[in-house]
Amino acid sequence: MDQGSAAGSGGTFISLSDTEQRCYSGLYALCQPDSSGKPAAGKVAELFRASQLPAETLHQVTEACGAKRLGYFGCGQFYVALKLMAAAQAGLPVRLESIAGELPLPVFVGITNELEMHYPNQPLTNESQSHILGSVAGSAPRPPADRPVLRHPDTSMDKQEAWSPPQSPGISPPRSPSAYRSYPYGAQRNGTDTLLAYDAKVPGRPSIPQENSSPSYYSVKLQPEQPVITRVASVERLVERVEVDYSDDPWRITEEQREYYTNQFRSLQPDLSALIMGTVAKNFFTKSKLPIPELSHIWELSDVDKDGALTFTEFCTAFHLIVARKNGYPLPETLPATLRPGFVEAGVVTAPPSEKILFGSVDLQVTSRPGVTAKQEARDESRKPEFSPKRIPEPHEKPIQHVSTLKPDSPQELDANMKSRTRPRSYSSTSIDDAMKKVEEPPTPPPRPQKTHSRASSLDLNKLFQQSGQGSRPSQHSLSAKSGWLPPPPALPPRPPATQIFSFLPGSEKSSQKAVQQPNFADFSKFREEQESSVRGLSTEDLTPPKSESTVVHQGHAPQKPVRRKLHPESQSATPPSATPYSAATLTKSSQRPPPKQKREIQMAIRKNRETNAVLTRLNSELQQQLKVVHRERVTLESQLELLRPVAST
Amino acid sequence: FIRFVVLINYPLYIRSVPTQGELKFHYTVHTSLDVVEEKISGVGKALADQRELYLGLLYPTEDYKVYGYVTNSKVKFVIVVDSSNTSLRDNEIRSMFRKLHNSFTDVMCNPFYNPGDPIQSKAFDSIVSTMMVQAC
Repeated sequence: MDQGSAAGSGGTFISLSDTEQRCYSGLYALCQPDSSGKPAAGKVAELFRASQLPAETLHQVTEACGAKRLGYFGCGQFYVALKLMAAAQAGLPVRLESIAGELPLPVFVGITNELEMHYPNQPLTNESQSHILGSVAGSAPRPPADRPVLRHPDTSMDKQEAWSPPQSPGISPPRSPSAYRSYPYGAQRNGTDTLLAYDAKVPGRPSIPQENSSPSYYSVKLQPEQPVITRVASVERLVERVEVDYSDDPWRITEEQREYYTNQFRSLQPDLSALIMGTVAKNFFTKSKLPIPELSHIWELSDVDKDGALTFTEFCTAFHLIVARKNGYPLPETLPATLRPGFVEAGVVTAPPSEKILFGSVDLQVTSRPGVTAKQEARDESRKPEFSPKRIPEPHEKPIQHVSTLKPDSPQELDANMKSRTRPRSYSSTSIDDAMKKVEEPPTPPPRPQKTHSRASSLDLNKLFQQSGQGSRPSQHSLSAKSGWLPPPPALPPRPPATQIFSFLPGSEKSSQKAVQQPNFADFSKFREEQESSVRGLSTEDLTPPKSESTVVHQGHAPQKPVRRKLHPESQSATPPSATPYSAATLTKSSQRPPPKQKREIQMAIRKNRETNAVLTRLNSELQQQLKVVHRERVTLESQLELLRPVAST
Repeated sequence: FIRFVVLINYPLYIRSVPTQGELKFHYTVHTSLDVVEEKISGVGKALADQRELYLGLLYPTEDYKVYGYVTNSKVKFVIVVDSSNTSLRDNEIRSMFRKLHNSFTDVMCNPFYNPGDPIQSKAFDSIVSTMMVQAC
């Protein structure tokens, strides 16, 4: 139906019947969404009250549909909320699962008009996006909405798109939870573009009938929905980010992720069947820069045998949780079912998330296809530096199946279409991979970054994705969804050290240390580039004398003066410009930066590091001078003592 | 009421139901520490089996009883219950201490936990909560 939104409703791919869709769209129209597709809060509240549900229930509904996380009711959330209210009115508990089935329409007292068909012409931002994702196959066009990236207009063209048109180009602030789901990876990439395209589209798309309602896939994942919403927020920050939802369930490990985790595991412990000791794992996960209590909690969740060491499965779980947390998902209290060690075998092949994934999950879907495994692997290989075919075959296949949760009926061809389409988009996924890698700061950084971009991955991941997107690696599309996973935290570390350079004297030591630490997290490619750019960056700009330099250069060491002078311009030039870029850079969420900016930043970083280096060298020499002086004094005192001793002893 | 304390000469974890009168309990726990020290120092044997780990009723005061338990690494668990709660038998206290010890070792296994830090593990909290519910 038009809006197709029904499916989209709140990301959780809840299938809506035709009547429900009509009703909901009418209600949606009633709530007067504004240009961005957000229903007016007042109207929504009014509608809720009209449902005559107790306040507590409404509260639960609001929470369950994810509107709380988003802060407003997006199209998807609105629909989910409506469905939840219907469930509540029917006496079912307010849970996402309960709306998976058919429910009578919610009853709203006092809101009778417009219910009909106002099919909201307004862009169901949420929905359109979500469905764009490709649920083409029947998967109810789940409103990938959240993912702006959602999908390529080309792919979306199919039914999936049906929803998309209404999407507002915005990166989908309304990211409906479904959007997350559907976005299985790659969606983000094009998201913005696709979104725009979607707007134009008419909802006439193949009725995104709820049949597609992939309720199956999403309803199952409903729980993660909420985390998805949060993710939305984080995703937004990421800007184009990867919507990360790879296959509708953030708690599910996708194939690519598993590959990545395997590689990481190998880097720590060559034998896949062996354990990673606690201290080793601790150091490794500490690199992800999550707060220690959270890491502690993640450990508790993942170390199921409580032996103080991680098996491969436990390691994947922990890694996955870290990635999820980095992407903004709140940590669960208990281990989600999909992450339990015994899960892999399950091979969730529920409603193929394929629909959602359609676009986004490019990789996922492709891979998910039972037959597509090969392709996926191929892609994965291209994406990941090492493709370990030896990985537990079971998990791989299972995740593949479940990832794709593609509906069994989802036509393979759709996947093919998507695959082909998504391929170009894979870059985003690649970037995600890279991002993921960066997050963990694997011991072997060099291999990582290369995939998507040469640029310092440490930089804002957004940039990375964009770059990757531009790079459009054909093979890498799959992980676009995943890219959302890894927030660009790794990019951050390089920044702070740079900023520290400003306070030379007091922080010179610190900054130097940080500079040293930078490589830990920074993408090595970044440094490579920096080296290139450093040459350029050294161009001196006449700026006010560097603050710290003057302080450091107290002693009038003649030989040092020229050095200082030389450094001045560097520091001067480096500091001011670096300050700005760094502050900007630190905002991982910042919008994408064009590559030139990154180059500049890298150059600045290099300059800063050089300055720090110079400062420290100076400090060092000065301190050594002082040491000599003190030494001389000591010798003098000792000789005096010797002279006096005979006197004292007598 | 009931109160659980884990400490190594300073509290690492304190949980009580109900939560009033904290100060008095703090005092009680600290005085009980003296008794604990006396008991473990008095044990000359090198072996430290489970029974010794469980120190039993440290001393009954006017309106509450204090039970102690010490691990091999000198981490002490103290449970304070009011005397009116006669439903708690010695065996139950022992089992509570055992569960506490197991949970504590799980916390220790976490590489992110530095020994000596206050215990902030949710799993540990949940175990203590279930025990408190059972006891009260």
